[in-house]
Amino acid sequence: MTDLENKIIERAENLLESGEAARVVGWKKGEFYFDPSPAEFDSKEQLRDFVYNGFCGANLSKYLIQVSKKPGKTAVFLKPCDTFSLNQLVKEHRVNRDNIIAIGIECNGKLDIEKIKEKGVSAVTEASETGKEVTVSSLYGKSVMNKEDILLIKCLTCKSKKLVGVDETIVLGEMEEAPSDRFEEVEKLEKMTEAERFAFWKSQLSKCIRCNACRNVCPACSCVKCVFDNPQSGVAAKANDDEFEEQLFHIIRAFHVSGRCTDCGECSRVCPQRIPLHLLNRKFIKDINTCYGEYQAGEAADGKTPLTDYTVGDVEPNDVFNAGVRK
Amino acid sequence: MIKVDRTKADGMYAAISEKMPLFIPVKSAGEVNYAPWEKGADVSLDTLKTVKSAKDFFFPQSETMMRFKAEGKKIEIIDDRKEVAPFVIFGVRGCDYRSFDILDKVFLQEPVDTYYKERRDAAVIVTMACAKPEESCFCSVFGIDSADPKGDVTCYADDKYLYFKSNTDKGAKLMEIIGAFGTEGGEKEVEAQKKNTREIMEKLPFTHLDLSVFKPENLNKLFASEEWASLSEACLGCGTCTFVCPTCQCFDIRDFKTNDGVIRFRCWDSCMYSDFTQMAAANSRTTQLQRYRQRFMHKLVYYPSQYGGTYSCVGCGRCVNKCPQRLNIVKVIKRLGDKEND
Amino acid sequence: MQEIKEFVPNIVAFCCNWCSYAGADLAGSGRLSYPANVKIIRVPCSCRVNPMFILKAFQRGADGVILCGCHPGDCHYVTGNYYTRRRMAMLFDFLNYMGIEKERTRVEWVSAAEGARFSQVMNDFVKKITELGENRRITDLRVKEK
Repeated sequence: MTDLENKIIERAENLLESGEAARVVGWKKGEFYFDPSPAEFDSKEQLRDFVYNGFCGANLSKYLIQVSKKPGKTAVFLKPCDTFSLNQLVKEHRVNRDNIIAIGIECNGKLDIEKIKEKGVSAVTEASETGKEVTVSSLYGKSVMNKEDILLIKCLTCKSKKLVGVDETIVLGEMEEAPSDRFEEVEKLEKMTEAERFAFWKSQLSKCIRCNACRNVCPACSCVKCVFDNPQSGVAAKANDDEFEEQLFHIIRAFHVSGRCTDCGECSRVCPQRIPLHLLNRKFIKDINTCYGEYQAGEAADGKTPLTDYTVGDVEPNDVFNAGVRK
Repeated sequence: MIKVDRTKADGMYAAISEKMPLFIPVKSAGEVNYAPWEKGADVSLDTLKTVKSAKDFFFPQSETMMRFKAEGKKIEIIDDRKEVAPFVIFGVRGCDYRSFDILDKVFLQEPVDTYYKERRDAAVIVTMACAKPEESCFCSVFGIDSADPKGDVTCYADDKYLYFKSNTDKGAKLMEIIGAFGTEGGEKEVEAQKKNTREIMEKLPFTHLDLSVFKPENLNKLFASEEWASLSEACLGCGTCTFVCPTCQCFDIRDFKTNDGVIRFRCWDSCMYSDFTQMAAANSRTTQLQRYRQRFMHKLVYYPSQYGGTYSCVGCGRCVNKCPQRLNIVKVIKRLGDKEND
Repeated sequence: MQEIKEFVPNIVAFCCNWCSYAGADLAGSGRLSYPANVKIIRVPCSCRVNPMFILKAFQRGADGVILCGCHPGDCHYVTGNYYTRRRMAMLFDFLNYMGIEKERTRVEWVSAAEGARFSQVMNDFVKKITELGENRRITDLRVKEK
């Protein structure tokens, strides 16, 4: 158990014991070292199963929509990217901020078990991180890996290590900002021809099984009833009977969260077919930054979003393709 | 038994696909799924688990059942199914192979689902023995021997060779094509591999899961268990587990209006979805807890009580690997089992 | 030999009730012609157009979609078209990012007095789409099957 994990559990314990919080939302130990699930803890006994390790990639902020309606205060542990999501939800009046004790915690990137497995290491029993290296122990021995090679995609291009809008923080070491440019891949696609881009997205989206994991995990997708679940909408579909439906779902979803997507990267993390869904949302973020000025959703819990705002001299839609955005 | 050098495998696939369509695990856009073999395909036989299971061949995610065409006051119903020509599914693991039995019980009982049956009858199945099962595998719990699956032809693989053994008449026919690419032999290697695989299976963490509480007489007790609330609390209500599951068999039938008629198609449904079994008056399960419970009760209690004790899970471990929040059937089995045995 | 059918595109034009729809009227009464394959859908304001409308038009066989509203600053509801401008700038560039030809989508500001401009805009757009050919990239092929 790391010092950080100890500190977190300690804090959770005294929040529950003092009655300051009626419950704590965190991560619960699974069957293995690498499969913790989000969970609610109501008592000190339950906290025995609390974990915070390299595989706690799940963003807990969306659970607060439901949990914050329960009586009493809820304490929640949020990694830097998760704090942006909570702020955005508060801004959209989805979460009652008064009922939340938000505790920002240290995160230096979370690990992807699939990537570790691809390196031929299975049955992982522990992964201890020291700087840029991770020592992965498994039933078959230990191996040292380069952390960058086994990070979740979302963590490779982390937007910020800032903890925004939290009530308190538990940070022991320095959190290093990720060095890479998160729009690099979007630019790569933009430089392709239309036909190449079409082929790229066709091969990626044809993997889509319409499991809706990307939508259900997304903190920005907080509609009570989604248009794609409403049989009366004419677009509800449980399967892609035609390729168009893959496009329709992903285009509408990306547009609907544009200006509100904090780029937490959960969509790509949860996709069972590993479709790079973050590249859809990032295109909107990039376009908004270029056309309407730098904007980071979730940075503030008030104010307008770019698509609910305007200026008289905004760029003309027909010019966006070659002015402003695509050079 | 026929032994084929792996370097000749592409030639063999080509020869088979000349005779009939050949479906095989292919890596495309980064993920391995079944796809028709074509020249240059990135075949990945050693991938333990394709993302989607092999049930797609018999029970596809979406299929057209019929069309309606309206002209004036006349409605024409068009069944435009074509005869299903024989095809080969190559590389079905023991767990997926067992899932066909589970689907058969549902789709082939009276009234027979002819859409399913046509494809089932046309398929030649080449199973693939596992050499390196991983920690999420627990097929042995359901009495599956992944080291020696059946099917029309069984394929065993090591680093250099593929070994083939035919089990049925259909398989013998396929062996005529395969035979041209290899030589007799390999029994000793295969026996050694089987022994080795079984030893690994024995050591895997889920091998000794205890299913004893999951029996029809415990239905009410299990249904009423308080554990469901905490088991399901993190569930997102997405359909990942159901769509990657080889035994999930629920479907929905929907209409799509074209410009001059209607296409009636059926598609997979998921008990995790809020409109699952939605009726005009109401929805029978309104909370995620109920939906979550439905999925596992169906697999572990309802199905066995209807079909002679067979569980509707094959232990492939796809849900263990793919659930976004890491919930899965193993956690359910352990938690409910522990509770009842206390 | 098979007869090669001339490609006649399907165009959907969303027109604001207060400007371009009246502009179309004016074009008509001024006997200015625009192609008959432009299907006009009247909307109370250009900002009524949900991205779903546009995608549905493509699904149902549109080869091009054009959105016409009041000139920025002239919106009947004061600011509606400013929002349209942002939304459509984002959406249409995004569609292009997905590989949809950028010529298939267009936004034009046409006032009620600009009958001549309306007919010219439509003629231009139809000409462009005719050159571009049939939409195969973002359409539901089930609709096209006979």
